[in-house]
Amino acid sequence: MATKSIRAEYIKGLWDENPVFRQLLGLCPTLAVTGTVITGIAMGLATAFVLILSSLVVASIKKLIPAQVRIASYIVVIASFVTIADQVLKAYFYPISEALGPYVPLIVVNCIILGRQEAFSSKNSVGRSFIDALGMSSGFILALLVLSSIREILGAGTFLGYEIMGSWFKPWIIMILPAGAFITLGILLGIALFIERKTKRSE
Amino acid sequence: MELVAIFISAVLIQNFVLYYFLGICPFLGVSKKIDSAVSMGLAVTFVMTITAVVSWLINNLILIPHDLGYLQIVSFILVIASLVQLVEMFIRKISPPLYQALGIYLPLITTNCAIMGLALIAALNEYSFVETVIFGFGSGIGFTLAIVLMAGIREQLDLADVPESLKGAGIALIVAGIMALAFNGFIGMLT
Repeated sequence: MATKSIRAEYIKGLWDENPVFRQLLGLCPTLAVTGTVITGIAMGLATAFVLILSSLVVASIKKLIPAQVRIASYIVVIASFVTIADQVLKAYFYPISEALGPYVPLIVVNCIILGRQEAFSSKNSVGRSFIDALGMSSGFILALLVLSSIREILGAGTFLGYEIMGSWFKPWIIMILPAGAFITLGILLGIALFIERKTKRSE
Repeated sequence: MELVAIFISAVLIQNFVLYYFLGICPFLGVSKKIDSAVSMGLAVTFVMTITAVVSWLINNLILIPHDLGYLQIVSFILVIASLVQLVEMFIRKISPPLYQALGIYLPLITTNCAIMGLALIAALNEYSFVETVIFGFGSGIGFTLAIVLMAGIREQLDLADVPESLKGAGIALIVAGIMALAFNGFIGMLT
């Protein structure tokens, strides 16, 4: 793993180890906040902020943390950054903070973040951990963007609040409901696996 | 009457899995057999009820009187993590058969977003003490209901001819979507 180039370290988060489509991590926020594109992006950015900063801190202090209490230490680091993100959103972007509701504090239990600390930052250099966190965050934002675009366009006929489907379009209410989130993500996972199998076969 | 409404709403309408999307990981991971789904559900119900009590006490006796609301996230996650360990040790001493049944599921619950979500949502809704307990218990029952139903469907699904790419998580999510649609029908009950 140490021989991987910086580029490969970043790219793997986008597809090969995409947290949502390939590793099935962080599904709760993925499903919950993707009713509109704006909440999806806001959630993605907040998670990226927490993931990148936590990875930097954990990678810097990894030698100081005793192995027995490492998980608890990671959680404290993550929880501190989540608190910062939560307070900033409340202070400067109140409507978005309202729309995201309990899901901003819940970033603390997002398995992507704890998973990356345990699997990567605790074993790699600060620079590498930063690139890895950047890649994973991009993969997560990508997944949220795809899912929320599909749901907002089909469910409301809008994209980022702008009317794009024209007056003939009848919105599919189901896409806004929880059921739409489950079904869309299920189909997307199927498509991801399908592409993966096709490319594997042709190799 | 208010309490009955909170209970029914937590079980059927604002179901943790199908409405709040919390606890999806165990919902997909432990729902292959009905037996293990029942055990997981009971373990979650048990921990949820205790968490509801403890988080209410922390929030209303320590954080709110001292104006420490910004410490909510840190204190909840630490208390929940240590609470689950404590419960595990306690059950192992007091009731070995119960430990046998719930044992391996308890550590998994620490990282379960449903528990943290319960504490946060109960605090957000500003429930009274009794309401919080009912809400915690009802949410646990709702989770159990969803995961056991899911396990029942997935046992049948093993025999069905599912497209190769959708096997596993894909079809499970689509089934969950159809279940969410069915649960949607309960919304009319309380309005």
